[in-house]
Amino acid sequence: MSDFFTIALFASALHLAVPIILPMLGGLLCERSGVINIGLEGMMLGGAFGAVAFSYVTGNPWLGLLGAVGTGLLSGVILATMSVLLRGDQVIGATAINLVGAGLTAALVPIIWGIDGTTPSVPKVPTPELPFVGQIPLVGPLLAELSAIDLVAFALVGAVWWVLMRTDMGLRLRACGESAAAADAAGIDVTRVRFIAVTLSGVLAALGGAYLSIVTLDLFQASMTQGRGFLALAAMVFGKWRVGPAFLVCLGFGLADAIALRAQIFTHDLPHDLLFALPYVLALVALATFVGRATGPADVGKPFRRA
Amino acid sequence: MSGAPENQIPAIHLAGIDKRFGAVHANRAIDLRVAPGSIHGLLGENGAGKSTLMKILFGMIHADAGTVEIDGAPVSFRSSAEALAAGIGMVQQHFSLIGAFSVVENLIMGRAQGSALSRLTRKLDLPAAAARAAELSERFGFGIDPWAKVSTLSVGARQKVEILKALWGGARTLVLDEPTAALSPPEADELYAVLEKLRAEGRTIVLISHKMPEVMRLCDRVTVLRDGAVVGNAEISARDTTDPKVRAELEARMVDMMIGRESPALPDRAPQEGPLILDVRGLSDGHRLGPLDLQLHGGEIVAVVGVEGNGQSELVDLLMGLSKPTDGLIAIDNRNVTDWSTQKRLAAGIAHISEDRHASGVANDMSLADNASIGYLDGEPFSPGPWYLAWRDRVRFTEVLIERHKVRTPSALLPMSSLSGGNQQKLVVGRELARSPRLMVAAQPTRGLDIGSASAVHHALLGLRERGAAVLLLSLDLAEVFALADRLVVLRKGQIAGAMTAAEFDIDQIGRWMSGAQDTTPDTTPATAPRKQEVA
Repeated sequence: MSDFFTIALFASALHLAVPIILPMLGGLLCERSGVINIGLEGMMLGGAFGAVAFSYVTGNPWLGLLGAVGTGLLSGVILATMSVLLRGDQVIGATAINLVGAGLTAALVPIIWGIDGTTPSVPKVPTPELPFVGQIPLVGPLLAELSAIDLVAFALVGAVWWVLMRTDMGLRLRACGESAAAADAAGIDVTRVRFIAVTLSGVLAALGGAYLSIVTLDLFQASMTQGRGFLALAAMVFGKWRVGPAFLVCLGFGLADAIALRAQIFTHDLPHDLLFALPYVLALVALATFVGRATGPADVGKPFRRA
Repeated sequence: MSGAPENQIPAIHLAGIDKRFGAVHANRAIDLRVAPGSIHGLLGENGAGKSTLMKILFGMIHADAGTVEIDGAPVSFRSSAEALAAGIGMVQQHFSLIGAFSVVENLIMGRAQGSALSRLTRKLDLPAAAARAAELSERFGFGIDPWAKVSTLSVGARQKVEILKALWGGARTLVLDEPTAALSPPEADELYAVLEKLRAEGRTIVLISHKMPEVMRLCDRVTVLRDGAVVGNAEISARDTTDPKVRAELEARMVDMMIGRESPALPDRAPQEGPLILDVRGLSDGHRLGPLDLQLHGGEIVAVVGVEGNGQSELVDLLMGLSKPTDGLIAIDNRNVTDWSTQKRLAAGIAHISEDRHASGVANDMSLADNASIGYLDGEPFSPGPWYLAWRDRVRFTEVLIERHKVRTPSALLPMSSLSGGNQQKLVVGRELARSPRLMVAAQPTRGLDIGSASAVHHALLGLRERGAAVLLLSLDLAEVFALADRLVVLRKGQIAGAMTAAEFDIDQIGRWMSGAQDTTPDTTPATAPRKQEVA
């Protein structure tokens, strides 16, 4: 058993958790501001594609990341315009993002590269090893497996928590999600706060997609996010719209993924499709059973219009 | 007669305010002067233009004509935040508090100054804010814990948090829109004390109300609106409130101004002996109500009073079959209906004016006709066959209700949401009366209604009583209870804490039962007996 639960397993769990954590943070910000965002999946695909395309065109993977931010802004602004400015149905708007995200990225691959499905390799973001961390007792060996990019992602978790729960901006954002009318009466510009939150969720989800395409891998593949946007959503609900618990759930999903990967090496007779379904089954069971009644922000999903 | 002495600069001065909404002339050249350091009553029936006027003051609506001056300086606000910055706070009937937040978070929400970066990164100083809130709370006798989550507070406490919020923003003038509409009498008394303290500190208060006792107790001056125009002002001096004769005359004059005619006095009621209609025995929902015994006879109005949340809603739900009892039985006309569905109970002659109109009384997006005939759709007269509803009959029926109950609407085909709250309630009451019920369960039937409409509802309930029906009246308004009820029971913690007949009504004793002041001897059921013995 000690062969199975190695440092490498936990390191891979952390790596696999990052592309769930980033969209989870985006979704959480969005929903705490009062806008449902089930469009994370489509936003992630857009980011994954944008990163590869920009890396391919410029030859610079960092500009690829910037490209992902750009597509994230774009998808965020589109959803924000539909659901916040035009007060359309939030679920339908986000579903449109998912459909367009999946369809458009798959269609652009043959247009740009001339081949279907998977793109050729593009320059990927270097993952420099961190100096000195190996010497830290206990967690040192685990941290040594992580790159600076991973640590930035984890730092973002803390940053989002701090802003949301400890600062004035966070209080404003949460107020918009709990009662848009009360926030408005307190002089908070609900439309602006929600617009920014939705846009930001697009950027975070796109970065999650980019992590998959040009940090973990070096290519784009149609539908490569494989439902991670929805897993992020599940983690958010499972964590009851709180940053800490939702983060832990993401780590749990990452671990389940890592175990599935590793079990493939150890056991040959188990169908590996079944193993890869593990995180999704876990999410389903968790949502259906011991999470209990999950109640989100009181005003989530209700478009705001001044009386 | 003017609203305030001419030589003083008014805290608020509205001049020539005029506003039309399509065909409706909501405000007609209104002048209003509010003297600093006074409590100024703004009286009027629903639709008299009070809310429109206040919304214009706060910049939520723009007037077609007229000017607004604060402390002598002309202003034109574009939002309530701007009004607050100028020192005017508003406490709406519907609170704008966030239940999931603590009191202190509600207070500081949206108030922080400074650069965007600092507000994005700097920690909010909640302890300092809480200390300031505690200090303000202490000064005005609010008794509010700044760290309490708002959703755990009572309605009365939330009302105070709203006032605290306005004071927090530096309000020197407060506008309160029917602040005691949802408060129990002890809570209302606490609020009055707070308002008096605020006045003593030199703050100005505009009190929108149609409750005469509170207007007489608090206000220095009143302005009465009717049909969008000022119909009169009145000064209330200390002498007016102490001399009962002068007081009664003044009250009558203000009511006359408000409704534009003599106020309809309630007829004297002769005691009646009818057969037993409602018989409730050992009823319990296993949680918040019971065990409870209650008997209602024909020709009798029995009031259930108590602080909100002491089992009133549970009782209504059990009576109407909206929830199932764990124990006990309910009989109507000697038939055990405990296991009957709501529909069957309606057919057996129970009618129900629901407490929360929006939650269970009306469907907002459906037409008046749909709302009026809902619950009549099983069989005659509107559903002669199983396949269609008699549309024209339903509309005609609705028009009769509109006519009979003076619902203000141009058409029975408009959506319910086009009506004001008072007019919606009139239609609901009319609908339930049209059942000619044996038993009417009326939960807060006049909440939010103006004097004219409330009086119409009162007459209707008394009419039912005349015709030998039983009425169970759940009300927070003791004046209403005293005017209507033959008998009252006080509900506390789901049980009957005491009962009285009309001849014995004693507001102090009721207050003690409501607050549980007699809880020193638990497990005994205090009834009317102890008091009578004292007298004897």
